Amino acid sequence: MNSTCGLIGKKLGMTQVFNPDGSRVPVTAIEVGPCTVVQKRTVEKDGYVALQLGFAEKKEHRANRAELGHFKKAEVTPKQHLLEFRCSQEDADKYQVGQEIRVDMFTNGDRIDIRGTSKGKGFAGLIKTYGFGGAKASHGAHEFYRHAGSIGMHQDPGRVFKGTRMTGRHSHRTVTVQSMEVVRVFSQDNILFIRGTIPGSRNSIVQLRHTDRG
Amino acid sequence: MSGTVKKLFEIENEQLRVNVFPDFQTGDTVGVYYKIREGEKERIQLFEGICVQRHNGGLRSTFTVRKVSNGIGVERVFPLHSPRIDKLEVKMKGKVRQARLQYLRERSGKSARIRERGTI
Repeated sequence: MNSTCGLIGKKLGMTQVFNPDGSRVPVTAIEVGPCTVVQKRTVEKDGYVALQLGFAEKKEHRANRAELGHFKKAEVTPKQHLLEFRCSQEDADKYQVGQEIRVDMFTNGDRIDIRGTSKGKGFAGLIKTYGFGGAKASHGAHEFYRHAGSIGMHQDPGRVFKGTRMTGRHSHRTVTVQSMEVVRVFSQDNILFIRGTIPGSRNSIVQLRHTDRG
Repeated sequence: MSGTVKKLFEIENEQLRVNVFPDFQTGDTVGVYYKIREGEKERIQLFEGICVQRHNGGLRSTFTVRKVSNGIGVERVFPLHSPRIDKLEVKMKGKVRQARLQYLRERSGKSARIRERGTI
């Protein structure tokens, strides 16, 4: 598990940048932070160590009383998104409640993990979901083109095994992409360019942290 | 356009090569001087032909140049804002009615010619 705290961001969309040698790099732009430490989870009180971060300002009249109290305790303004990042005790000690964390924690060439919610595909068939081959279009096939085929044996075992892949809701799950390369950091604009694609649609909320893969 | 997307737009625009090259349209005959790396050495190659398509997308804009090389039609897509383009020349302004000259692919010889603009 990652031992360092991360940041919350919002996916902006994709574009490209040119390398000096002229090659094009596809990048995803993410608006990252600034995030505020709203609460610290401690072993004594909560049984684990984590930092609770807030991202994006929220109008005060949009927050309910409970939320207002929570933010007031940390002496920070209300935020739209609250997320916890589990981290090591040493890393948690580096930050105080109310402290602002900015995109500067990442530099060009860093490898980071990004967690987001993938785009939902609705009720999807097996070809889309699992890449099944479907069935023959000719040789007498009748209304059996994108079906799965057999889902089991006969009287023995007489049941369908658990975990057999069938149709159903596809995607709209939490997905983590690991070891993504930071291409550029715009610390003034709080924008980060990541090489390649990340899960989710535009304006979806993502979590970013340094990867623990080499 | 919301604030953050505008910022992204601005970042994109910073990379644009504005007013570096002469203006050209589909149908024009253009010469593209393109930098090519061969191992350690860098040289400039000329690709001359008719611009058959322009794709406008800010920094992601491209244009397609078609030429007939040794009897074989060749189409090449260039990123308009690529730093690899050293120079771009408009050799002839062409008079065409279509934005995309895909009909050139099935033509050859006389019917594949394009008249010059302004010389009706």
